[in-house]
Amino acid sequence: MKTGDLVAMLATGAGSVQPNQAARRYASAIAWGFLGAALLMAVLLGPRRDFAQAVLLPMFWIKLGFAASLAAAGLLAAMCLSRPGRSLAWVPGAVSAPVLAMWVLAAIVLARADPARRAVLFLGETAQSCPLLIALLAMPVFVAVVWAMKGLAPTRLRLAGAAAGLLSGAVGAVAYSVHCPEMQAPFIAFWYLLGMLIPTAAGAVLGPRLLRW
Amino acid sequence: MSVPEGRLRELLKRGLAGDASAYRAFLEALSGNLRAFLRKRLSRLPDEVEDLVQESLLAVHNQRHTYDAAQPLTAWVYAIARYKLVDFLRRRSREDLLNDPLDDEIDLLAGSDDEAAEARRDLAKLLGSLPDRQRLPIVHVKIEGLSVADTARCTGLSESAVKVGIHRGLRALAARMRGES
Repeated sequence: MKTGDLVAMLATGAGSVQPNQAARRYASAIAWGFLGAALLMAVLLGPRRDFAQAVLLPMFWIKLGFAASLAAAGLLAAMCLSRPGRSLAWVPGAVSAPVLAMWVLAAIVLARADPARRAVLFLGETAQSCPLLIALLAMPVFVAVVWAMKGLAPTRLRLAGAAAGLLSGAVGAVAYSVHCPEMQAPFIAFWYLLGMLIPTAAGAVLGPRLLRW
Repeated sequence: MSVPEGRLRELLKRGLAGDASAYRAFLEALSGNLRAFLRKRLSRLPDEVEDLVQESLLAVHNQRHTYDAAQPLTAWVYAIARYKLVDFLRRRSREDLLNDPLDDEIDLLAGSDDEAAEARRDLAKLLGSLPDRQRLPIVHVKIEGLSVADTARCTGLSESAVKVGIHRGLRALAARMRGES
């Protein structure tokens, strides 16, 4: 087939294209992914026993806000990386701002604490399970976000996979924070971040294979 | 002959809104740009250029919903062409044959080359290898120019199955161009 014939074939009956498909795909991916993560959390873990009191404490919302702002940053990154030729200028700042803010808060808490209590503030009671459970809750979100990306056109597959992983890890962490009893900034600054970095690393590894087009 | 970016962008915008002749003019002009861009970068593999022009055109078409009208067209087209070129070179593991560094998007829409060589890959044959539910909608609607409704009538498929068949068929065609089945 000559290139001119291909052009004619592609143009014939091409019809109009719906605008904003990226936003719509991501909206449904996040809605379904979050639903999946919330169901997994409810079935496997359940909300923390003192949930009704916890929502009255600022630290509960700081923890949730940390995860939610990283989810927003991951969404920004994923959407930029899903379309060819998009600038990533805002992405490093958006991703690092919540992390830096949480690290500053953690440093202040540790600096003020009695040295004997620092290890407890850092390790809490659930350090061993927290990152793995966040990664587990991220799985349904990851599947949904990869579906959204595959319908678009990522050209930097490793980075796009990492962004999908960060977004799903952060949404998983939002769901996990309803269960998690930990309320100390040093714990969240390290173990929550680690939990989000597991799917990020997995996404970077899987991206080139999953997202090719 | 090179079409200025502003004009090309206008053609694409009208094409995305459903104007088939503007869309065709866009693809025709773009194939000249892609040919010049790829010929310059694949001067040691001149026989592969036309295949890659076709693969890039199909990619632009299949991913056209990712173009945002507020975005410069050069950046979007360049990212697609570059992705297809790098993917092609990786497939052949001949990245050392790239004789020009891929760092400059500026010249993509600046040059144009209308002298199409023969494509080596037989697209008609690849099209023939698609399953009927994808091949027939493409043949009737996109090659013979029938309407979706008429195609639905003569194939016995529903209208939405015809549309889905075209969409999935063109994506499957792109996968076959890469050598995947």
